[in-house]
Amino acid sequence: MELTPLNGIEKLASSRQLHIALATAAFLIYPFLVSDYFIDIAFYFGIYTLLGLSLNIVLGEVGLFDLGHAGFYAIGAYTTAILNTKFGIPILVLLPLSALAAAFFAYVVCSPVIHLQGDYLLIVTLGMGEIVRLALINNPFDLTGGPNGVFGIDFPSLGPWLVIDSSLEYYFLIWIIVGLTILGLTRLQDSRIGRAWNYIREDETAANANGIDSRSYKLLAFVLGAALAGVAGNVYASKLMCVSPESFTFWESCLMFCIVLIGGMGSIPGVILGAAFISLFPEIFRPFAMYRMLVFGSAMILMMMFRPGGVWPRKRGAVKYESLLEGTGRTDA
Amino acid sequence: MHVILEQIINGLTIGSFYALIALGYSMVYGVLKLINFAHGDFFTLGSYLGYTVLVFGAAFMTAHFGLWGALIAALVFAGVSLAIVGLIVERVAYRPVYPAGRLPAVVSALGASIFLQNTIMVGWGPRFQAYPATLIPNVHIQLGSIHLTLLQIMILLLSFALMGTLYYIVQKTTFGAAIRATAHDRKTASLMGININKVILFVFTLGPALGAVTGIMVGMYYRQISFTMGWNYGLKAFTASVLGGIGNIPGAMLGGLILGVLEMLGAAYISAAWKDVFVFIILILVLIFRPTGILGEKTAEKV
Repeated sequence: MELTPLNGIEKLASSRQLHIALATAAFLIYPFLVSDYFIDIAFYFGIYTLLGLSLNIVLGEVGLFDLGHAGFYAIGAYTTAILNTKFGIPILVLLPLSALAAAFFAYVVCSPVIHLQGDYLLIVTLGMGEIVRLALINNPFDLTGGPNGVFGIDFPSLGPWLVIDSSLEYYFLIWIIVGLTILGLTRLQDSRIGRAWNYIREDETAANANGIDSRSYKLLAFVLGAALAGVAGNVYASKLMCVSPESFTFWESCLMFCIVLIGGMGSIPGVILGAAFISLFPEIFRPFAMYRMLVFGSAMILMMMFRPGGVWPRKRGAVKYESLLEGTGRTDA
Repeated sequence: MHVILEQIINGLTIGSFYALIALGYSMVYGVLKLINFAHGDFFTLGSYLGYTVLVFGAAFMTAHFGLWGALIAALVFAGVSLAIVGLIVERVAYRPVYPAGRLPAVVSALGASIFLQNTIMVGWGPRFQAYPATLIPNVHIQLGSIHLTLLQIMILLLSFALMGTLYYIVQKTTFGAAIRATAHDRKTASLMGININKVILFVFTLGPALGAVTGIMVGMYYRQISFTMGWNYGLKAFTASVLGGIGNIPGAMLGGLILGVLEMLGAAYISAAWKDVFVFIILILVLIFRPTGILGEKTAEKV
């Protein structure tokens, strides 16, 4: 049997590259065409994309119901806020530290409950998110500033020559982070880890039977998801210059949940679309004033009626024929 | 000693609120395996409808039916209206989405919740509304060293009467057996000749109606209501239903009462500011050691 180059697939790949190039170009040009207000909207779109991507690891890739993701986001934001205002550590140094703090927190709190299934895990994560928020309000050790939060967080800077303090620079900061994250996650999806995650999502018992240590892989998903949420928290805290518990409510966790499900579980382009819906829809419908959230709620119901799998569901690509033969020394089957 | 008894009675009062709302979550979950996030908003809507009847219809109704008549009219009106709203929400938001699986239904439920919450905001305005204060005479009762109000006693009586009735229906009647069978295994139940649609109809009318009645009681107990309060009560009640064993009806009642008492004891003996943290920690501990809740049954995993 002759193996012919798979023309169709290669065309698809090149058109995909074209799409990515076009999208990147649009993102580069966009901020120079609009006012600061719209750049800020695009910034929050970026934050929600990052949060959506972080929850997508847990909920989309592994299928673990996590309704307390705002807790990890809060840990990242407060780590940045407290260490910056109390010890003057620069924001960009705190970026990896916030990710580590959130990841460590996720490891500690999720370890004892990771065996819970479905809705029981959902309620436990929800409870943890609420505990984080309530703890922040109660101001333990006089660190979190209670309901008012922490003020006076610095701008991120690379020495004196690059200080990120305008809407435009924040826009690029968040979208560069999002871009790098997408790059990493796309690689991860097709790796051994990504495939193990999806196996656990589809059938945990079978995955265990095949030697996948589902407990470690689930914990890894939580730790990685929390780390990304921590990064989002870091950028958010420095953009707002203050953090307060009301930014990290149960509602925020629900929004992240919706981003992943509206986009399509485990689909990276889907998450971007979901984040666009959540962050841009209320802006676009601002003229409707108090009725806009009515429209928003109805739109969520309608979307799930017509696209229950999400707007852009993930299709698992078939493994290319040649790569199966790799290393076997054979050229055909 | 009397402090602990008073706290337990206060705890039972708010616990019965949680229990009545939790019943709505648990019944729907039992039958459809769906977390009805809009349920907290059914409760709020019921509270607002009752408020409207009590404020605007009070003069008319007190003249014709007396004070108790007005109160009963508010409870009945809110209950019936919410039963209808519950049915409409099930038809519009859940039934078309349900075949696609459980997760799309979660988004749809959140959408319904946003819709209802904002309907209330558009209809009654975003500010707090004050419940009329003079409806029930402010009588204080001294039982030994325990201090109670007439309102509190009425709330406890009404809640326990409602819970008792529901317990009787679910545990002792044939239709109750059908509900329990559906909760246990929907497919087999329908093969045994149980009309699943009738069961769904039942849980989606009774759940919201109980929520509405609770809404009015909460309004009278705390004197003020807001359009966002459904989230808070919904969260607590959902927690209560998981604590008791979700899908299990006596479990929801028990979970609600335990949650209320724990909250009040936590507020009295640990710290009022940390009481909710205390409640959630208890919840997590219960789930770690008894993952299906207090009364939940262990089911073997199907392979």
